Amino acid sequence: MDLNALLKQNRGRRSLLQALGVAAVGISFGGLAACSKGEGKKLANGEEAKLNFYNWDTYIGETTLDDFKASSGVEVTMDLFDSNDTLFAKFKAGNPGYDVIVPSNDFVERMIRADMLQPLDHAQIPNIKNIEPSFINVDYDPGRKFSMPYTWLVLGIGYRKSKVKTKPDSWKVLFDSPEYAGRIAWLSEAGDMFRLYGKYLGKSVNALTPADIETISAMMIKQKPNVKKFHEDDGQDLLMKGDCDVVLEYNGDIAQVMTEDDDLDFIVPKEGSQFNSDTLCIPKGAPHPKNAHAFINYMLDAEVDKKITETILFPTPNAAAKALMPESYRNNPVIFPPADILAKCEYAKFNEKLQPLYEEAFTKVRAS
Amino acid sequence: MAEQDWKTNKRVFAAVSLPTLLWTILFFAIPMAIVWVYSFGQNAGLNEIDISGTLDNYKRATEWLYLGIFGKSFAVAALVTLICLIVGFPVAMAITFASEKWRPWLLLGIMLPFWTNLLVRTYALMIILGQQGYANKGLEALWGGASWIKTLIGLQPLPTWEPAQLLFNNFAVVFGLVYVHLPFMVLPLYAALDRLDRSLVEASLDLGAGHFRTIMRIVVPLAAPGIVAGVMITLIPALGAYLTPDLMGGTDSQMIANVIERQFKKANDWPFGAALSFILIYAMFILIALQSMRRKVPELH
Repeated sequence: MDLNALLKQNRGRRSLLQALGVAAVGISFGGLAACSKGEGKKLANGEEAKLNFYNWDTYIGETTLDDFKASSGVEVTMDLFDSNDTLFAKFKAGNPGYDVIVPSNDFVERMIRADMLQPLDHAQIPNIKNIEPSFINVDYDPGRKFSMPYTWLVLGIGYRKSKVKTKPDSWKVLFDSPEYAGRIAWLSEAGDMFRLYGKYLGKSVNALTPADIETISAMMIKQKPNVKKFHEDDGQDLLMKGDCDVVLEYNGDIAQVMTEDDDLDFIVPKEGSQFNSDTLCIPKGAPHPKNAHAFINYMLDAEVDKKITETILFPTPNAAAKALMPESYRNNPVIFPPADILAKCEYAKFNEKLQPLYEEAFTKVRAS
Repeated sequence: MAEQDWKTNKRVFAAVSLPTLLWTILFFAIPMAIVWVYSFGQNAGLNEIDISGTLDNYKRATEWLYLGIFGKSFAVAALVTLICLIVGFPVAMAITFASEKWRPWLLLGIMLPFWTNLLVRTYALMIILGQQGYANKGLEALWGGASWIKTLIGLQPLPTWEPAQLLFNNFAVVFGLVYVHLPFMVLPLYAALDRLDRSLVEASLDLGAGHFRTIMRIVVPLAAPGIVAGVMITLIPALGAYLTPDLMGGTDSQMIANVIERQFKKANDWPFGAALSFILIYAMFILIALQSMRRKVPELH
């Protein structure tokens, strides 16, 4: 029976519900049929035209996935994760079916050591030539055997201009001062918090000792009454909603909300900070490794990365794409903080021994 | 008769219960057993767990730091349950004594929030309670009104309005948990009160007892099974709450479930997380055991 006929038959509420039920069943079967049609189609490389992409939220261009489908015929399914820990925990029991994932630098190190990543075939990724040379030989993945840089980012202080007296250019305002009591938000990542306190104390992020952790815990417990919230990387929302006025956040996250609210700004404190870099990787057991290589190569294309960067506003390690970007992006001090400050920033190495100590100490700080 | 039926027809009974039994074993007993076994292991490398029979995880889980967090979680859950009981009992009474026409609608009102995802409800509550939220806007308007009235009668206006801190503290956690768990309390209470013999209430009132006395001496004892069920069904999930303290809590609002979650994710210490989980499960078993051991209320005939 036609759906319309069914609807016309009786206009009672119950029959409408029935009709909706029929429609739902129809749609789901129609959808299934469409799926099975897609499965039959094979690409020239012998793989089905599908790719499963596991990415962060707000971390892709508006049309990137559709454009990729138009150019390669591959349908990309994107799922979102909100922390590297979620990503790692999901892959701990084996790859749940993803082809391309976006771990940060320390997790690239961790996943390489845990044998979770597949080596990349550079011959299938010619666009590696677009990447700035300084991003090729990195400590966490020398020679880019397992990961391709997608963005880099730096932690700093996002703040509401009308609510601060002077530029908060030191970690002191967040870590060691009652000046903005009740309007401060920290990141809930134990490791990042201890490392940045280390920076404030003039130490390298990779040179902390268990004794330092003790000292820093005591400082955190002292500062805690002034802190309103340990946020899960959503400090930009706390700023936007006016719940907090000085927050620890990544530059790109603040750059995104600065386009909506011009009372916000971001600064990397003068003591230096911690870099991160998010990368494109292929996990072991990926069902479509050839499509995954093609997709990574596509993402590194200058025009494609330009479009992505226009949306996400994170610093790009893609020199060719950066060259295509307008002046307002290239000279934006939030996205590209001054070179003398960046010289004081470091990448955090994954440290198997210290990570549990950070976690327990931070649990203690929360409980005190 | 019904009892006789399945006793004589064991095969039919077995066939009917087999799928449920298999389901329970496959998706409940086995995963729980795996987690239980993990709790006697230790991390060996990044994604291997070495089951060595060690009790270190339990030793660590019973350190003061974690016992303190267990204690705090229990206190929060108990407070939430108490508030739910105080708020829920009159609501359940009102639904019981409402007219036939209204009762389904009132029940629907209680059930309706269940149809919305917990995360959505929590975020909605956060929008209301935030610094620039509707609750604060409403309070600010009242404050401004009071100030205006004061100036009108020639007094000094009130000092400028400072937004109330309604979110990101322990108050917000308790408020959020009460909001989420109230239906769990109201429904068993309603079920118990609905079965209550009205003539006993009438008799009590006829014989001169006041309304409050009738409630305390007649209604509450008769509804006791419902109250106990409501308390258990509220206390246990509240004890394991992690989303509400995470989203609405401040810097000292962690509950034990947040600590457990961090062991499985950030700390990557599954054996320790498993040990903490099992201590929580044992605590709940003890609660349920206490409930079944409680003295039966003498039945009135």
